[in-house]
Amino acid sequence: MAGMRKTSLRLPFHWTAGYSVLLGLVVVLILAFTSVIKLELVVNGLFLGTIIGLGAIGLSLVYGIHGFAHIAHGDFMTLGAYTSLFTLGVFLPRIGLDNVGLGPFTFGYPLFIALPLSMLFLVALAIGLDKGIYSRLRRRGVSSVVMAMTSLGVAIALRGLVQFVWGGGTEQYPRVSKDFYQLPMGVRIPPDNLFIVALTVIMVVALYLFLTRTRTGKAMRATSDNAELARVTGINTEHVLWWTWAISAALAATAGVLLAVFQAQLFPIMGWRFLIPLFAAVILGGIGNPWGALIGALIIGVSSEVSTQWLNPAYKTVISFAIMIVMLLLRPRGIFGVRD
Amino acid sequence: MSLLEARDIVAGYGETEILHGVSITVEKNQIVTIIGPNGSGKSTLLKTIFGLLRPKQGSVRFNGEDITGTPPETMVRKGLCYVPQSSNVFPSLSIHENLEMGAFVRKDDYSQRIREVYDLFPDLIKRKNDRAGTLSGGQRQMLAVARALMVDPVMLLLDEPSAGLAPNLVASVLQIIIGINQAGVAILLVEQNAREALKLSSRGYILASGQNQLEDDGNKLLNNPDVARLYLGG
Repeated sequence: MAGMRKTSLRLPFHWTAGYSVLLGLVVVLILAFTSVIKLELVVNGLFLGTIIGLGAIGLSLVYGIHGFAHIAHGDFMTLGAYTSLFTLGVFLPRIGLDNVGLGPFTFGYPLFIALPLSMLFLVALAIGLDKGIYSRLRRRGVSSVVMAMTSLGVAIALRGLVQFVWGGGTEQYPRVSKDFYQLPMGVRIPPDNLFIVALTVIMVVALYLFLTRTRTGKAMRATSDNAELARVTGINTEHVLWWTWAISAALAATAGVLLAVFQAQLFPIMGWRFLIPLFAAVILGGIGNPWGALIGALIIGVSSEVSTQWLNPAYKTVISFAIMIVMLLLRPRGIFGVRD
Repeated sequence: MSLLEARDIVAGYGETEILHGVSITVEKNQIVTIIGPNGSGKSTLLKTIFGLLRPKQGSVRFNGEDITGTPPETMVRKGLCYVPQSSNVFPSLSIHENLEMGAFVRKDDYSQRIREVYDLFPDLIKRKNDRAGTLSGGQRQMLAVARALMVDPVMLLLDEPSAGLAPNLVASVLQIIIGINQAGVAILLVEQNAREALKLSSRGYILASGQNQLEDDGNKLLNNPDVARLYLGG
């Protein structure tokens, strides 16, 4: 991908870029408070953005370390959501755990069992796919385009699997309706969204600590910087590649489950439809930079939600796509990308 | 028994053969320099010794053990480290993290070693929390060598450590190499500054077109009129 500068797992972001994002946020808030745009849409966009962020961080890590665009990432999310559907709807009720409506939330504590199981399943799947498919291609030294096309095949296969097992219709986690929080200026927040944000914050902080404090995390950043040098230094880059799969698959599973909670439904193309916002967020933040991807995701989330004030919600993805194209034309290295 | 013995190495990239049967020997505690014109296969030889390229023929022995085509991770564990010519630091990692990565294969406590390495490179400790990408060219070379020292290696393979440096920095890099060698580390050096490098070497090899041309003591090569005329620029 000529012209697309890989920006590595840089931690402190570029300050001028940071300020421009801050400025953008201030402008959006002013517009919201002067009722040009609905504040509720901005808030909703931020919630959606955190979910996009969990997916985009993983996508960005895979891009930075494996060096290819992982097109099956959206379907990882779908599969994560559906494995939780199995746990919540079939497995746990069978052993008598069918509680819903924990506190202010629509779901019950079984979600705290289902989510880790989904994460584990996706981690195992990702590492299995690597051992069975990607590592073989790596050894043959195929190009990143071949890797990406292979992941497209994996994406279609996974979606087919979901449709085969659960059918093509929409599903729901066991839930009860709950009252929204009513905030000033017509902002209504489903309590579930607070859970979504809290979980995202916990996972992002955990990832930050992992990448900056642990031996394996530092080795991941080193490999993202320069894989050949990492090998020469004695880093077991094969393990680093597995860790990268494990982390991004766990994040994708979480994003999928949270998306199913957020939109209160599941359908087999829910993750696939998320792919454009995911890639838009990754490109916005600078390819290979997970923190940039998170900020990019918030921007994508807010702009696509706010667009529904004037556009048919069916065009949400178009907004992400437009932002992605403009970004590639004007600043392909992303908001936070700096030239080395 | 020699420390490193590469025998009749035939290697290259894909179909292109670059080395046509090169042999080289390094004894314990020696500095050995390889000189030769561009494209003579010096860097390819280092890469093949370190296992980054699999030789089509020939063998590499280190400490009496056949290590031909062993992966780099194993080489580092055995005490053989390689410093590539360029892109040899992790730019987004801090200097301290770069050194920690140098110790990646170590499972023991290496805090003592990291202090020793900082003592050897006092410039680095002042900037230990800065990103390596912010270092100057000379400091990057120092960091690259420092990182390789983290495993307490028996031998270093250095590919043009003075490449692209200002003349005064070249001298200090070479001075550091002497210091490392005096601490008991054997060094196989590929150098453009052939004259200076041969001065500090016990032995030198001249490589041309992927073949051994000449080998001798460092001083004898320096004083050989043919060598001076052909390879040392008169």
